[in-house]
Amino acid sequence: MSANTRTIIRNGLWKNNQALVALLGLCPLLAVSNTVINSLGLGIATTLTLVLSNTLVSSLRGYILPEIRLPLFVLMIAGIVTIIELLMNAWFYQLYKTLGIFIPLIVTNCAIIGRAEVFASKNRVLPSLLDGLAMGLGFSFALLVLGAFREVLGAGTLFTQADLLFGESAKNWQINLFDGYSGMLLALLPPGAFITLGLLIAAKNMFATRA
Amino acid sequence: MQFSTSCSPFLPANTSVHRVMRQVLIALIPAFTAMFWLFGYTVLLQLLLASSTALLAEVICLRLRKRPVKIHLMDLSALVSAVLLALAIPTIAPWWVSTCGALFAIIIGKQVYGGLGYNPFNPAMTGYVFLLISFPQQMTAWQAPDIFISLADALHVIFSGTATIDGLSSATLLDSIKTAGASTALLTEIPSTSTGLLAGAGWELISMAYLLGGLWLLYRKVISWHIPVAVLLGIFMPAGINFFLDANAASSPVFHLFSGASLCGAFFIATDPVSAATSNTGRLIYGGLIGLLSYIIRYWGGYPDGIAFAVLLANLAAPSIDYYLRPKPVNQPL
Repeated sequence: MSANTRTIIRNGLWKNNQALVALLGLCPLLAVSNTVINSLGLGIATTLTLVLSNTLVSSLRGYILPEIRLPLFVLMIAGIVTIIELLMNAWFYQLYKTLGIFIPLIVTNCAIIGRAEVFASKNRVLPSLLDGLAMGLGFSFALLVLGAFREVLGAGTLFTQADLLFGESAKNWQINLFDGYSGMLLALLPPGAFITLGLLIAAKNMFATRA
Repeated sequence: MQFSTSCSPFLPANTSVHRVMRQVLIALIPAFTAMFWLFGYTVLLQLLLASSTALLAEVICLRLRKRPVKIHLMDLSALVSAVLLALAIPTIAPWWVSTCGALFAIIIGKQVYGGLGYNPFNPAMTGYVFLLISFPQQMTAWQAPDIFISLADALHVIFSGTATIDGLSSATLLDSIKTAGASTALLTEIPSTSTGLLAGAGWELISMAYLLGGLWLLYRKVISWHIPVAVLLGIFMPAGINFFLDANAASSPVFHLFSGASLCGAFFIATDPVSAATSNTGRLIYGGLIGLLSYIIRYWGGYPDGIAFAVLLANLAAPSIDYYLRPKPVNQPL
């Protein structure tokens, strides 16, 4: 693995994590992260979009006039998100209904157009693909931690409604962590998402300054 | 412009956070006594739980932040927040309610922002609103004010969570009005045994005790009159107008003053010097905003009482109020 590759991966997963450092794409991050499964669904969709859009933008970068690059990026991302939305509609219909408006809203996720503008439009295809993957995984990681924290605190469960993503056989995956836990409603509500994200960023900064 | 100067010897104004907070604690004694007389040992247990948790959280946070523990602990501000929180939550709530509330109030409400003096929100109300939103079931079951609970029963109720006493919890009068309003029934349907002279039976006594403590704070010059008067006027005036327009659908302004947390909020919560506005005009606007917002929440909102939400919202507005009411420099073009 070359040094360049390692920098791309490290930036995406940790050093320039789109959710925890760049603070991009917070709207879906906060709105959807109330259970692990919802987080995982949105994480996969976002990662897929990032990989595809970075690859597409990078391979077409020679033909795009700089003056009109932003509308073109948006068009490409919108096309990719539409494809993903239709795929989810076909295969993960229940999850598609749960995530609702936040699937089409991936188009407006600043992290995606940000990577297209900052990285993919200036680099070759393979590094761009890798950057998209690393950034997407970093975003999904933040989403998953947020979702797990909020689900455990808010409802006392983990992997509830796993059948939305993994089919009928996953119906009994739900883990009840505490008996008779009535739940902390705040963690499931929007303010809980903001407070948890704040704590998560604080923890990230603590690790970053110690290392 | 002439300034009047008095002759020496000058006495230093002997004020410190510790002294102010001690006066607040003294002023809370009547309210605590009234609640103890009405509810029994449950109040004392909640107070001990919240205070010990808050002090422990304060010590741990100060250690983590590498601040001198003793100085910051002795300013008593954490204790005041804990006592206010303990008096605000239902006396029969299980032990983890007051513990969680005190932890949230001290850690998220205060220490995360940098400790006393830097917190934009009132810590006690931050903890209270956290509890009210997180555990609505436990936070609305108030003990009926005519059942005195012994120490053994209180321990049982708070720590094992099962009520062994019949008719232990009852709806407060503000609750009843909220439900009655929802079913468009007239207020006269509420049983007259639960109403007292001015407001709910028993509850008006607690409000009187808060008023007494508040007057003590005014007398000791710990607080100025602006915020309490503005809060109470902010509740009284819209309630009065509403009562004047339709005396059947709205309850009287005097009832609103002596119900819920009106007097406690006006004298003890809204006057928190850290999170309130600082100029006198600003204090009047800030207090009026709290009063008006809490009446709006009571009358149109989904919660029976709105003081805590109103205080947090006004806390948010306080920096803007201060910004627009900056004092003009003397003899200088602005």
